Amino acid sequence: MSSKYETVIGLEVHVQLTTATKIFCGCSTAFGSAPNSQTCPVCLGLPGALPVLNRKVVEFAIKTGLATGCSIAPRSVFARKNYFYPDLPKGYQISQFELPICEHGHLEIETEEGGAKTVGITRIHMEEDAGKLLHGETPDSAGASFVDLNRACTPLLEIVSEPDMRSPDEAIAYLKKLHQIVVYLGVCDGNMEEGSFRCDANVSIRPWGQKAFGTRAELKNINSFRFIKQAIEYEVERQAEILDEGGRVIQETRLFDSVSGTTRSMRGKEEAHDYRYFPDPDLVPLVVSREWVEKVRQELPELPVARLERFIREYDIPRYDAEVLTAERAMADYYDECVRLHGNGKTCSNWVMGEVTRALNESGLGIAESPVTPAMLAGMLGRIDDGTISGKIAKTVFDAMWKSGKEADAVIEEQGLRQVTDTGAIESIIEEIIAANMGQVAEYRAGKEKVFGFFVGQVMKASKGKANPAAVNELLKKKLAG
Amino acid sequence: MELTELTIHELHARLVAGELTSVDLTRAYLARIAATDDKLNAFITICSEEALAAAAAADRRIAEGSADLLTGIPLALKDIFCTEGVRTTCASRILENFVPPYDGTTVSRLKERGAVLLGKLNMDEFAMGSSNENSAFGPVKNPWNPETVPGGSSGGSAAAVAARQAAGTFGTDTGGSIRQPAAHCGVVGLKPTYGRVSRYGVIAYASSLDQVGPLARDVEDCAILLQAVAGYDPLDSTSVDTPVPDYRATLRQGVKGLRIGLPREYFIEGLDPEVKAAVEAAIATFRQLGAETVEIGLPHTDYAVACYYLIATAEASSNLARYDGVRFGLRVEAGRGLIDMYMKSREAGFGAEVKRRIMLGTYALSSGYYDAYYLKAQKVRTLIRQDFLEAFNQVDVMLTPVAPTPAFRLGEKADDPLQMYLSDIFTIPVNLAGTCGMSVPCGFSGAGLPIGLQLIGKPFGEADILRAGFAFEQATEWHRRVAPI
Repeated sequence: MSSKYETVIGLEVHVQLTTATKIFCGCSTAFGSAPNSQTCPVCLGLPGALPVLNRKVVEFAIKTGLATGCSIAPRSVFARKNYFYPDLPKGYQISQFELPICEHGHLEIETEEGGAKTVGITRIHMEEDAGKLLHGETPDSAGASFVDLNRACTPLLEIVSEPDMRSPDEAIAYLKKLHQIVVYLGVCDGNMEEGSFRCDANVSIRPWGQKAFGTRAELKNINSFRFIKQAIEYEVERQAEILDEGGRVIQETRLFDSVSGTTRSMRGKEEAHDYRYFPDPDLVPLVVSREWVEKVRQELPELPVARLERFIREYDIPRYDAEVLTAERAMADYYDECVRLHGNGKTCSNWVMGEVTRALNESGLGIAESPVTPAMLAGMLGRIDDGTISGKIAKTVFDAMWKSGKEADAVIEEQGLRQVTDTGAIESIIEEIIAANMGQVAEYRAGKEKVFGFFVGQVMKASKGKANPAAVNELLKKKLAG
Repeated sequence: MELTELTIHELHARLVAGELTSVDLTRAYLARIAATDDKLNAFITICSEEALAAAAAADRRIAEGSADLLTGIPLALKDIFCTEGVRTTCASRILENFVPPYDGTTVSRLKERGAVLLGKLNMDEFAMGSSNENSAFGPVKNPWNPETVPGGSSGGSAAAVAARQAAGTFGTDTGGSIRQPAAHCGVVGLKPTYGRVSRYGVIAYASSLDQVGPLARDVEDCAILLQAVAGYDPLDSTSVDTPVPDYRATLRQGVKGLRIGLPREYFIEGLDPEVKAAVEAAIATFRQLGAETVEIGLPHTDYAVACYYLIATAEASSNLARYDGVRFGLRVEAGRGLIDMYMKSREAGFGAEVKRRIMLGTYALSSGYYDAYYLKAQKVRTLIRQDFLEAFNQVDVMLTPVAPTPAFRLGEKADDPLQMYLSDIFTIPVNLAGTCGMSVPCGFSGAGLPIGLQLIGKPFGEADILRAGFAFEQATEWHRRVAPI
């Protein structure tokens, strides 16, 4: 990348909300149903149909605004954004323009150098999504296009940042942070492949030291963190080449092509739409009372940063552990519940980050789908604490719990994994081992202490791992000493 | 007396007394339509089968003793109301074959009450017009003189009542589209306060101004019809959740002591002398009935027409974007892709006046012009509303002419849109103010054409204007005259 120029990035993120119904009608928002099966006169844009605002969408917008430090407008207004496209049934999108619900927020991110940086959030507004076009996707429909309006009228938040980011990595850090917050809040499922979290990037460059921003290009169609980086890097390179050759960057909308990793012009400034925004006369201005905002604030879940600090402080775990455990809300919930039931933060973090994560990865499951629940895991850890099983056998117990979905006690009983602490039983095993291995006994007694490990192994093996290791150590030492 | 001469309140009494069946009544109306509509062209769609089935159901309900005032009463609707399974054209080629899959709120409320719907009435295309000449289905003729227009845009709704083709009808009023044709056809027509009646299922022209209202033989019928459809609807965010009074309960309270405002800006030069004389005679009648008249000012009246044609067309330009040939309505297949299909479909589907208003409105909202036109118009609208609210501190109702002239001849203003727009000069301010107004017959011109007076009420003051209109009607005979058709 050229080092003559400073990169300036602003991001517009569209977050699809997880409300059960659409923003202006009662149709379901479920993904993947038969085309046009989740529609009604309102979301089909039939003549005479009128929008009615879903209050849940407003609540989600307030939540997101509060979590990103925005002020919540006591009065905001829905506006019509007018343009023609076959996936837009009314010929306009209901959005917010002059008076959005949230403004003036910010997000803290970590920079590559490890420092902290604040990225401003200009505004957050509510809007409806458009439908989807299918182009000749069946054999007998070559050349034809079809419109599926299931997604039309699905609620979105558009979150617009200030042009505060200076590198693709900062852009990614911002996006990941935002992604984490909306998923934590439960307002978005965060699924980028299904388009629940999509991003447009405004990218420009300027010579170092120059105050004024360069001309920007708006990059569209970026649907993964990896593509964001690719798209921005390509775009910065492209603009730098133009400037290096004495040319001028033109303001335009460019489409990112994930196959080639390049961007290409979609439309220039001259072809830009005049959206003719005006307040939607079908919807009255939205009034949000201070009481409503306070109620939502009370109900806000603990946000990632606060939770991370609490884990370190109350559960006495290393920052690294806390970061891993709070990266995803479901993981943090799981861990939190384990500690609540078991008590030891570090033991729980070892198991959650160790065995639980390994098993999840192997089975391709998310933490919320774990067959071993926090209560089951805590129950098993309790059996280590009370000496019923050894830490080593616990892994066997855990695997069996994972496969069967049974509680630890049931697994221990069924498979006879109870730890042997009866010194008489251990002593008789030790005596057998000693009798069978007199050569090694002689070596040990001659001072070759390393052989001790051999005996421990033999005894554990003979007990099928169930002998209490501490008892084995103690008794072995005594017996070998003669 | 012909069955079709009876008012709704008279018909209801006979129906519940068992002197008459709804089926017979419906047959009489269908026969009347068949006999007259070749001359009038008031109907776009006649629903004989559906009407007779509804009439039979109404007769059973009446026999069970659970009849509503409207059960079994044959009504008709402006073709702007979406009716499930019955095509709804808005008098436009672009919706010529559009059959809605749903009933709007007004329609479902009427059906719940057991009303019989005879058919869908002609109108100006997308409710844009003052003469009913802008219909893809041809103009409606005035039952008093088929050489003249019935007014618009609810011309079919007014003509059908005047010609006894329906016991009552519903229209919509965006700038006078109920009151002006009611005046021209000699019937009663009421535009309720914005938010009083749901707009759900009414094809939108200008959303912030459109309002559903009844057209009827007399004020009492008008009150009955309004009562049937008024009230909050959760499907319309702009409908207002305020109680609906019993309009008939206060109808007979008289006007003694009622303060009637006469806005000086409405009695101007250019007002047809016969209209002026009829309205002044009506004022004298109200004084004789004990009302008090007060001259008032509505100083921003001059700006109303300009303001209306910016706001209404701006909203229309957006409301009519959905007619793009993609999902319903007319599609002109075009070989050269999407934009071509849009352009050809809209070019073939919309009439000249609709295109004119879409262009005006698109311009008013365009970047660089928005502040000077749309935003300025909104500010003027606020001033006009304030004029009304301030005046209503002094008076209970206002009385004005409805239209500056009686019905004009077909084609007379067709080539002069500005003259046409000015025929709504006294009705438009009421829509901009968002309050209610009613046209009541108050005389005839020398040529035998009806003249109407407008009673304007406070926001949600429908009961006041109904009461005043009823008192006037009781004291006069104008509403009893029958069109010669």
